[in-house]
Amino acid sequence: MLSFLIRRLATFIPTFIGVTVIAFAFIRLLPGDPILLLAGERGVSAERYAELQHQFGFDQPVWRQYIDYVIGIFHGDLGTSFSTKRPVLDEFMQLFPATVELGLCAIVLATLIGIPAGVIAAVNRGKFFDQALMSSALVGYSMPIFWWALLLIIVFSGTLGWTPVSGRMGLQYYFDTPTGFMLIDSLLSGQSGAFRSAVSHLILPTIALATIPLAVIARQTRSAMLEVLGEDYVRTARAKGMSPLRVNGVHALRNALIPVVTVIGLSVGTLLAGAILTETIFSWPGIGKWMVDSIFRRDYQVVQGGLLLIALVVMIVNLIVDVLYGFINPKIRKG
Amino acid sequence: MKKLVALSLAAMLMGSAASAANLVYCSEGSPEGFDPALYTSGTTFDASARSVMNGLVEFTRGETATEPGLAESWEVSEDGLEYTFHLRPGVRFHTTDFFTPTRDFNADDVIFSFERQGKEDSPYFAMTPAATYEYYNSMSMPDLIKSIEKVDDMTVKFVLNRPEAPMIANLAMPFASIVSKEYADQLIAAGTAEMFNQKPIGTGPFKFVDYQKDAVIRYARNDEYWQEPAAIENLIFAITPDASVRYQKLKAGECHVMPYPNPADLEAMKSDPNINVVSREGLNVGYLAYNTQQPPFDKPEVRKALNMAIDKQAIVDGIFQGAGAVAKNPIPPTMWSYNDAVVDDAYDPEAAKAALEAAGVSDLSMKVWAMPVQRPYNPNARRMAEMIQADFDKVGVKVEIVSYEWGEYLDKSKAVDRDGAVLLGWTGDNGDPDNFLAVLLGCDGVGNANRAQWCNEEFEDLIQKAKVESDQAERTKLYEQAQVVFKAQAPWATIAHSVVNEPLSNKVEGYKIDPFGGHVFYGVSLTE
Repeated sequence: MLSFLIRRLATFIPTFIGVTVIAFAFIRLLPGDPILLLAGERGVSAERYAELQHQFGFDQPVWRQYIDYVIGIFHGDLGTSFSTKRPVLDEFMQLFPATVELGLCAIVLATLIGIPAGVIAAVNRGKFFDQALMSSALVGYSMPIFWWALLLIIVFSGTLGWTPVSGRMGLQYYFDTPTGFMLIDSLLSGQSGAFRSAVSHLILPTIALATIPLAVIARQTRSAMLEVLGEDYVRTARAKGMSPLRVNGVHALRNALIPVVTVIGLSVGTLLAGAILTETIFSWPGIGKWMVDSIFRRDYQVVQGGLLLIALVVMIVNLIVDVLYGFINPKIRKG
Repeated sequence: MKKLVALSLAAMLMGSAASAANLVYCSEGSPEGFDPALYTSGTTFDASARSVMNGLVEFTRGETATEPGLAESWEVSEDGLEYTFHLRPGVRFHTTDFFTPTRDFNADDVIFSFERQGKEDSPYFAMTPAATYEYYNSMSMPDLIKSIEKVDDMTVKFVLNRPEAPMIANLAMPFASIVSKEYADQLIAAGTAEMFNQKPIGTGPFKFVDYQKDAVIRYARNDEYWQEPAAIENLIFAITPDASVRYQKLKAGECHVMPYPNPADLEAMKSDPNINVVSREGLNVGYLAYNTQQPPFDKPEVRKALNMAIDKQAIVDGIFQGAGAVAKNPIPPTMWSYNDAVVDDAYDPEAAKAALEAAGVSDLSMKVWAMPVQRPYNPNARRMAEMIQADFDKVGVKVEIVSYEWGEYLDKSKAVDRDGAVLLGWTGDNGDPDNFLAVLLGCDGVGNANRAQWCNEEFEDLIQKAKVESDQAERTKLYEQAQVVFKAQAPWATIAHSVVNEPLSNKVEGYKIDPFGGHVFYGVSLTE
């Protein structure tokens, strides 16, 4: 197990270097000069332009800027946003919990519904439930998130008035947020009704964000189950007279879960992408919205720092998934 | 303190979701920071200067005219070079849980507020990391201000390098807000200078309480305000980037005021009994600038003929969807000196065709530049370019539409030898006609903000005279005349002014649309 971990960690290094290069190059390859964008219609004189270039360090050769950036990373300094004038890492740490909270809720919802739905569909292959589920999964998978999110708001908040329209917390509640996770902070605040408000604000964005992973997980579970249900050992288990619940739920599902766990791990990347739209619609103060704003402003430091941190998170989650694999399927540990 | 505010907030909100004392504004975006000197965006000014701070001079609420602010009165010397301001006594900066002033506002604060932006050797210049003072620079303050002198504790003298009548209007702009020197000194001593841009202190009607990044900004009423305290006790900005969601929040009673509605939603909003939509022309103009140094556009009669070929009403109807009005002058109607007597070139393709022939122009093909971004003065430049293309086609002029990335577009369109006419626009800074006419059409702007590359002696003479004249009635006459010259020479096709629509809850009273595109909540109240 230890050597497996070390081997996996070793692959981290080239990936990490690759990410620094891509993050650095990406924003610089986009057309658009941050200083000209900052100035807008008002424009900027040639002298002032040169002054600003110097101040932001854009007059340095590109390789020099890259080296400064990498040196910064090793000192834990990801630079300062030129729009907010705040350290990139501070901003990230402030916003990231909101994204994690929403992402976790979405992945939990997607898993809790997706796996049982996939299993039931597989067991009832070709029957009504199976077909209904698979067609709704297709719809869910192809739904444009911004449209779906808006529809949820119009129906559940606008027409029915069941949930708040957007935000993370009712405005009448005001308390410190030491963890950044509203579900936890609202409990810590001791204000009655705050937790309830946090939950009610989470419902719609969670559904919107969970829709695509839910569809993917349900489909993946179904096809993995179908494969496993055809195996000899399942037939044997059935022949031995085991209850269908035990055969399907324990023998078959455990083996079917391996590809499903992969999909869940991979959907972390999808979730972060989906978070950009979900966060914008629901006014959710997370890193998705932050990254988009920064790209529009060509805020180099935020984009390269933010991309690096997000990539790091995805890499760590994938590492965890790999370790989980090892537990589910010992063959991989040795492979 | 936080707990205290929380308790009082909770107490106030107990029972009803939105108490009469709390106004929620669904703002469209996050402020970049809270020091208005560092930024140029309206979103940031709403959250800082317009709520928390005052200037020496203030814009009269809802107008482009100015009135005394932290300066009670001022005198201008004969030669127009010296401005002496008499400061208002007994004004206090905000007392909050992060700052308590020990003295009243005085001349040191005024000098500090300007020198930190203009004096590179000032210890305050680089107080905020990566600080740049773009508005101070783009309003030419470094060239304009020779010195700022403290005459006594309550008197400050600005000495200019040249007479500049718009100076007073400049001082009412957000970048010229007066901030506390004592607060800055305290932060620097504590090694937390960066807080100056995160927790603002001013003299304004609202005190900053807290900002949760990208989510909520909270303000409390300043009960020691030097004018009548605000009617609203708590002002809350609920940051809501999506226009459809802002509308849903307004409908659900989660906010009282929302900016920038989708034009498509306006009809439904107007028919909702709980929502009032207030409208007003914005302080901007969208135009098509010919390159007046490129033949055949160097002939006024050719430019005028093309102007007659453009169906502006169709553009306004099709592209602005109720959020625009046809423009005939280069300045918007909300601005003083707007010349309503000017007659626009009426849409007449037949006459346009004849005029082109008379000018000896045939088989003309040209480029029209379409901006890649949405602006208030032009929500869809690509579509606008296509409509102009179709209009010009009817008079036998072939159009090729070109576009570039926004930064590149702004840069390339400045070139004197640029090929083609450019769609662009301008939003006013200080409400002074000089800010449109001199910046966009003056001879100094050729190769720069003057996209028409137009330098006309008669026009230049008028605007230069107006720049140094301090009598407003006299200036108005000069600018009115300049607009007549502009129309006769037609360096631009003036296309549209945006119409700003602001949906409000019907509980909101006394709200006035700010002609500068800002959102001002002093003077606003809520009914039960």
